[in-house]
Amino acid sequence: MIVYILCFILFLIGLYGVIAKRNLIKMIIGLAIMEYSINLFLIVIGYVEGGTAPIITKNFKHSGFVDPLPQAMILTAIVIGLATTAVLLAVAIRLYKKYGTFDIDEIKSLKG
Amino acid sequence: MELLLVIILVLMIFGSIYSLNAKDLLSAVVSYGIVGFGLVISFLLLQAPDLAIVQVVVEVLTLIIMIAAIKNTQKEELSSKFEAKTLINYTLMIILALVFILIFEKMTGTLSGFGTDTMRMSQTYLQGHKITKSANLVTGVIFDFRAYDTLGEATVLFTAVIGVLTILRIKGKKDK
Amino acid sequence: MKGMTIIVKKITQLVAPIIFLFGFYIVIHGHLSPGGGFAGGVIMAGAIILQILANGNILNNLLQEEHGMELLESVAIFLFMLIAVLGLLVSGTAIFFQNFVNKGVWGNLLSAGFIPIENIVVGAEVFAAISTIFIAMVVYNDEVKK
Repeated sequence: MIVYILCFILFLIGLYGVIAKRNLIKMIIGLAIMEYSINLFLIVIGYVEGGTAPIITKNFKHSGFVDPLPQAMILTAIVIGLATTAVLLAVAIRLYKKYGTFDIDEIKSLKG
Repeated sequence: MELLLVIILVLMIFGSIYSLNAKDLLSAVVSYGIVGFGLVISFLLLQAPDLAIVQVVVEVLTLIIMIAAIKNTQKEELSSKFEAKTLINYTLMIILALVFILIFEKMTGTLSGFGTDTMRMSQTYLQGHKITKSANLVTGVIFDFRAYDTLGEATVLFTAVIGVLTILRIKGKKDK
Repeated sequence: MKGMTIIVKKITQLVAPIIFLFGFYIVIHGHLSPGGGFAGGVIMAGAIILQILANGNILNNLLQEEHGMELLESVAIFLFMLIAVLGLLVSGTAIFFQNFVNKGVWGNLLSAGFIPIENIVVGAEVFAAISTIFIAMVVYNDEVKK
């Protein structure tokens, strides 16, 4: 149970980064931390005590595997996460070129 | 096993707190790497080698792209002045966090404890090598049982690439 | 983009092809061992990024490379769709993504029907996507400096 709670605390820290920080790069880092915590949470749910990785070898037991379904879902989510982070960073460096700062309050007050 | 995981998670939490409160952007990005590489070790401990391979390379590439993005920016001391706007932000955050804590409280009632068997759906997938003949069960799930999801993933990746190219294009093709 | 010193360039010439080959190995063994199209594609993209970071490149070459990568990605995603629709048409049952190739025995390199083909296609797609993102950022930096 304590693992679930720690994953949730990591999620809340990411939320703090997204809402309370005013630097664009810090906000992107907060979003990425939220995504990582969700990935870890789903994999922890699929873990079985004493299980092995779901790969079949020559002499295997039928009842000793961890859950393969969350692993398959998270595998695609990780690569999508890299692509979305890249899109956010592209927006951030484009804004930096126009306004000369990453601070979101200054960008708002410039209005240009 | 669980103790190791808890130690790594606490390390990840400290890394993320330092990363979000760092005065310098470069040290923020580097300490963000702690979270990603801690995630790699957790995946290895949780018997997910596929994910560990992907995550370690993706983490390195994310760090490279982030450092490339902030490399040419001027080094400004990140200001931390306290205003009315900051107060609104913090109140909003606390309300949202309370909502999430309530949801988490409801949700954990239905979960079984760490390391116990929750596989209701996956019993079919665990016999999947008889249907797909793929020794790696995760690949069998990705490309055979749930190939439709992979098609959606490929579409999202394609869209993201088109988005990056559109945002970062300075001059059109006609101007050359 | 400027390159690095001669030591880094020489070591990169030795190491980058091996990394690329390792990525390809992971792609084609995706149905037997840990890995698959996603992991192998990301590793191959890492080899290309290492080459660009170490050797540097002039803008025209980078633009050409970007166009090539875009083409590769479009072709890969088209082939993935084509495989899905072929499952609909070729196998008698009308199921999207029906595994229509002869499956063989599990554990062999040539087994599991069209899963190896899909692995290669998705590997090419991920490789091209991530390379394109990185090259676009490098091209942007160069054009801003000019």
